[in-house]
Amino acid sequence: MSKNQEFVKFDKVDKSYDGKVLVVKDLNLDIAEGEFITMLGPSGSGKTTCLMMLAGFETPTNGEIYLDANPISNIPPHKRGIGMVFQNYALFPHMTVYENLAFPLKVRKISKDDIDKKVDKALSMVSLSGFENRMPAQLSGGQQQRVAVARALVFDPAVVLMDEPLGALDKNLRESMQYEIKHIHESIGVTVVYVTHDQSEALTMSNRIAVFNDGKVQQLSSPDKLYEEPVNSFVAEFIGENNTFGGEVVDLSNGSCKVKLSHGEILANPISVKSKGDRTTVSIRPERALINPENKMDNNHAGTIEEVIYHGDHTRVRLNLLGNSEFILKVPNSSKNLDIKLGNKINIGWNSQDARALDPK
Amino acid sequence: MSSETQQILTTDGIPLSVSLKKAERKNKIKAFLLVVPLLLFLIITYILPIGDMFMRSIDDKMVTNMLPKTFTAMEKWDGKEMPPEEVFAGFYSDFKILVQNKEHGKLAQRLNKEKNGFNSIIKKLFRQVQRNKIDEGQSIKEQIMKVHKRWRDVEYWQAIKRTAPPYTTAKYLKGMDMYYGPDGNIMQVEEDRRIHRILWLRTLEIAFFVTLFSFLMGYPIAHLLATLPMKYSNLLMICVLLPFWTSLLVRTASWMILLQQQGIVNDFFVMIGLVADDNRPEMMYNKVGTYVAMTQILLPFMVLPLYSVMKTISPSLMRAGKSLGGTPFIAFWKIYFPLTIPGIGAGCLLVFILAIGYYITPALVGGASGTLISNQIAYHMKTTLDWSFASAMGLMLLTGVLVVYWVYNKLVGVDNIKLG
Repeated sequence: MSKNQEFVKFDKVDKSYDGKVLVVKDLNLDIAEGEFITMLGPSGSGKTTCLMMLAGFETPTNGEIYLDANPISNIPPHKRGIGMVFQNYALFPHMTVYENLAFPLKVRKISKDDIDKKVDKALSMVSLSGFENRMPAQLSGGQQQRVAVARALVFDPAVVLMDEPLGALDKNLRESMQYEIKHIHESIGVTVVYVTHDQSEALTMSNRIAVFNDGKVQQLSSPDKLYEEPVNSFVAEFIGENNTFGGEVVDLSNGSCKVKLSHGEILANPISVKSKGDRTTVSIRPERALINPENKMDNNHAGTIEEVIYHGDHTRVRLNLLGNSEFILKVPNSSKNLDIKLGNKINIGWNSQDARALDPK
Repeated sequence: MSSETQQILTTDGIPLSVSLKKAERKNKIKAFLLVVPLLLFLIITYILPIGDMFMRSIDDKMVTNMLPKTFTAMEKWDGKEMPPEEVFAGFYSDFKILVQNKEHGKLAQRLNKEKNGFNSIIKKLFRQVQRNKIDEGQSIKEQIMKVHKRWRDVEYWQAIKRTAPPYTTAKYLKGMDMYYGPDGNIMQVEEDRRIHRILWLRTLEIAFFVTLFSFLMGYPIAHLLATLPMKYSNLLMICVLLPFWTSLLVRTASWMILLQQQGIVNDFFVMIGLVADDNRPEMMYNKVGTYVAMTQILLPFMVLPLYSVMKTISPSLMRAGKSLGGTPFIAFWKIYFPLTIPGIGAGCLLVFILAIGYYITPALVGGASGTLISNQIAYHMKTTLDWSFASAMGLMLLTGVLVVYWVYNKLVGVDNIKLG
């Protein structure tokens, strides 16, 4: 069975609240059926607005949104059949868990027996069987979250939207809920559009991630590509940790470029530099830079250790390297033999393939 | 029981509960001292006056104190035929003291309320006593009976006997248009004189409709207040509160200007041709005026509790309702409305209780058909000076309010009230 690659389609969507500023600019986004897509971005980047337009609580100022090839801009939210999990769960506080879950079924005039069956199934899916008669206030944050997820799924919607659903949970619970939601998605194959500002959440759960900034999708790709191959300096900075050098391209030849920094020169992978003389920001992931590399690497520089922070499984080392005093290294706990002491000079090497010359900041 | 044998001890061996009490004592005293001023204030300005009102409303000691010997003698009288000589003798000696203290007028006034006709016969008796016409050597019964024929009427003596108990519930009966008949059973006032019952019913009716109108008008306003963006909702809030800060009299007076027959509203109706110039409707000095003015004045008391409750309802609940497939109406009715019930309860209770005892506005715009029981109370306070009757009606009103509160508690539950 071939899945519809354009199950949800944002077609040239603009959104403005005040007629002066565009919150969402010319958004084109296709979401495949059964996909788990995450809209990731800092607050105010327009990701929640997109979700609200899809849910029907906001109307696009321009452009159209299609759900299974049908334009939905003029369909009110209650007729869209889109499930939604809200930031603060939005469980109905005056109804029991059962009544909360039965609400979307009752308004669809489903028979009592079927309601019971569906509620049962949904509750067991989030492992909350036996909680039917509790009030939401009697549940813990994590349990409320599961009820909210179950309620959004109980009426078998084609698409489920989740608006920072884990924001209010503590770290451990958040992580276990991430896996739980991922497993639910895998087992029932529903299309999920997930909004978050937490990049690790996005990386863990999604099939694809759309990074939003300034009302635009900066990059749309799978988590690994997003992390390994950011297309611009915003994405590189926003996803994961990142060491940057600002400089000017002095040489550009056969898949590699030479960038002149304030102190010295480095070789980099030209991603968005076009010609000599371009300003650029070179981005290197901390784990791609090695101390005293055994293999030959085309970048090799000496730096001074300025700070050492113990993190348990790894040690963070801040270096002054080529005039950048914020250069971070992550040294795994296994590499005991290294001489990491404050003030020591060490040799750092990386491949020019991993140093991505992106747009200047 | 096992829990008693396993009493928990602190490390010093003192029972935990004792130790806890000791530790909490200081806080308890502190807390108590903090509320003492309020407690005293409440006792002095609320509990004591109500107690005094209650005593006043059932107090009937005046005649008891004026005619002590009469009532002692009357104890043996069966109250059916004319009283024996001792009653007359006792009455005479009591009356002489009253004449000396110039208190016979008060007695006449009080007894006249019990039965019409006492005023003149006591005056007559007073003149006889003043002129020393009564010979104490002879039968006082015969002499008094000669003063006026009514003194020979047993009904008047029965009336005196009825005033003997120091306490009476007569004022309460009067408040319900009832009274004690000659043989002590409760009688109804003739139908065309039952003014109090009409007033009670009208008070309830007006309070009910004012509450209803305030609710119908206040609910959308409160909703708007709670959902509008800050800059508009602040303005609207001021619009709601501005009348609240204006003097009650000013507001009522402005309603008088608006509603009178030559007033602005009527002028407007004539201008748009709704009514003929010579047929302007009366909108004041009747129920319409009371409804309009009281609803406007009490509206903030409905809006504010509703607003404070609605403010706490997250807009995402309505959104959730809609995204789950509920039409806007279902989302409102099944989700929003039930959550506002505590505010509705608080607002309605507040407005109803305030309306039931409202005074100034009905007095000014109510006319004859728009006045409430409180206006009657004021009338007895200021005009007839029958304070005990005013107290009795005041207490009946208070009881009514408590009953409303009790019923409300049964229906909605006071714990569900939210005032803010």
